[in-house]
Amino acid sequence: MALLEVNHLDVRFALRLGEVHALRDVNFTLERGERLGIVGESGAGKSVAAFSLLNLIAKPGFIAGGEVRFDGQQLNSMSERALRKVRGNRISMIFQDPMMTLNPVLSIGEQMLECLKAHRRISSKEARAIALDKLYQVQIPSPETRLDQYPHELSGGMRQRIIIAIALLLDPDIIIADEPTTALDVTIQAEIMALLLELCEKHNVGLILITHDLGVVSQVTQRMLVMYAGRVIEQGPTREIINDPQHPYTQGLINALPQMATPGEKLNQIRGSMPSLSNLPSGCAFHPRCDFINRADGQPRPACTQQVPGFVESGNCQVACHMVAELIDKEATDEARLKETNP
Amino acid sequence: MNAQAEAMTDNRIPTQNEESAESLLQIRGLKKRFSLSGDFLDQLRFKGGKLVRHQEYVHAINGVNLDIHRGEALCVVGESGCGKSTVARIVMGLISPTEGEISYNGERIDNLNSRALLAYRKRMQMIFQNPYASLNPRMTIQQTLEEPLRLHHPDWDRQKVVTKVEEVMHSVGIDPDWGKRFGHEFSGGQRQRIAIARALAVDPEFIVADEPISALDVSIQAQVLNLLMEAQHERNLTYLFITHDLAVVEHFGTRVAVMYLGTVCEIANTATLFAKPRHPYTQALMSAIPRLEDDRPQHVRLEGEVPTPVNLPSGCVFHGRCPYANARCREEIPLLQTQDDGTRVACHAVEEGRL
Repeated sequence: MALLEVNHLDVRFALRLGEVHALRDVNFTLERGERLGIVGESGAGKSVAAFSLLNLIAKPGFIAGGEVRFDGQQLNSMSERALRKVRGNRISMIFQDPMMTLNPVLSIGEQMLECLKAHRRISSKEARAIALDKLYQVQIPSPETRLDQYPHELSGGMRQRIIIAIALLLDPDIIIADEPTTALDVTIQAEIMALLLELCEKHNVGLILITHDLGVVSQVTQRMLVMYAGRVIEQGPTREIINDPQHPYTQGLINALPQMATPGEKLNQIRGSMPSLSNLPSGCAFHPRCDFINRADGQPRPACTQQVPGFVESGNCQVACHMVAELIDKEATDEARLKETNP
Repeated sequence: MNAQAEAMTDNRIPTQNEESAESLLQIRGLKKRFSLSGDFLDQLRFKGGKLVRHQEYVHAINGVNLDIHRGEALCVVGESGCGKSTVARIVMGLISPTEGEISYNGERIDNLNSRALLAYRKRMQMIFQNPYASLNPRMTIQQTLEEPLRLHHPDWDRQKVVTKVEEVMHSVGIDPDWGKRFGHEFSGGQRQRIAIARALAVDPEFIVADEPISALDVSIQAQVLNLLMEAQHERNLTYLFITHDLAVVEHFGTRVAVMYLGTVCEIANTATLFAKPRHPYTQALMSAIPRLEDDRPQHVRLEGEVPTPVNLPSGCVFHGRCPYANARCREEIPLLQTQDDGTRVACHAVEEGRL
């Protein structure tokens, strides 16, 4: 059984103008020590997906259906009290902006010790030793002095290292990192990602990495999910998706990267923009922007505009697209016909 | 340090005579300090029983020389705090330089008063990073786009202004019927299109774009970048493009200037720079780009972090983090020197052939 299992997760926000469906039917699993990337543009629901794992969705949002199973326990129906034993302890989070995550009026040491003492019965001395060890692991120079410093005395990269140290404090099974390097410079980003990768591998910690940067995902994760307008539209091994994306949206995203075009030539853009969640197009949410809704005979495929696509298996990947499903069907019938004609 | 910076200026002008003819904008010996110490009274301190005046500065730009050629897209890259946005703002005349000269078409523009600058403002326009902040929330799109036209063409009648606005809205892919709406009704990508339309409305020849696509989503970034490139082809624009995203630079730039801590450390043609980065900082920056191809990050690790621009390091500003630094790097400021393929690098190690 997988360490973390998300089944048919459905998250809604009850707004004054009506309910907004932020996540629809999201399914994925995470094995122990596995690194999973969740990719999508802003508004795709990737952060909501991460937050709902720990039931951190704030009102007016709520989990309307589905379940999150972690190590045999159902997290979304757990009491707050029980959930607190999981949060920060067995599943910890790293957020985007390191300045917002650290408390500005507490020293680094106090924040680290606070976290340790909330979950374990240990003396301050022991806690301090653990904190120092973690700071040492994230390669912070002179960790002893850092413990007594305040967040504003440190640079952005240093703060993000501290956050990683705090996330590692209680030896969690899973770290959820929500755009951990977006606020940082490229060279610092590369260092932080390398560090996170190294630590996850060394301690066999699972990682759920949420990002919009396909380059980061391709370097760090083993499997990835691509989200669009609240749904997962493609999932599978990262290498396979990056090298051979099946869904037209994933293809569009990858082809839109400047490195995929010849310098000076026009970039391959996806037309239009992400629809608002309160006003989704019928059928496949991507169809108004999709170049493949027409069939081979030039007629639009009616399924695309009327029916939400289900997942089809394509290699090791799962893709939610009518066009891909049709192609696979066609291949299967061709093969069957071939067998019939020359048995 | 002053003398050395002057030497830098002197050394450059004679060797670069081929540039001055075709360059649209010239930046010479540019320096900018920002005071940290506040008013005169805030600067007074007691020290050893005496009242002394204590002043502290952020040295944002320390001697930058750049030429922007007509029709090119010069990209300036660097990490936050390297002074790239300050260069853009000084060029546009939004802040005044502490030292140095900016010439546009051979005429000095950094010392002009606002009335004299108005003529240049029409020829050079700016696109800002955050389209959520750069559009006035209380103006409709029509008003936003009419404003620059009314300012720069006071003699135009209403019909002419409206026609022009319609034309620029078309050219950036915004439906002219949306003119009655306000900025908040649009998505980030559309807002950035409107900001570009505003810049194009007065038919400028030079555009300064300060991180114009950093706040946008990946699929929208491609749209806006295509729009900027189309506008360049159609209108023969010259760009000064400020960004931290090297992947965008590789695609968009004609030439690239890499900045570190207020100095330019390397200028080269885009293809040359990406094929053969010379400066150790450029090499580190290049290796940090997350690429789709490699499985494992193979980046050059730099020691430590960017030093504070309040107390600049002596010698080469990069020496504290440079794996090739020696005694000369710690004392002498390296000057930009032209290599055989036209790349200009400010590095002692490159000059001595140690690298």
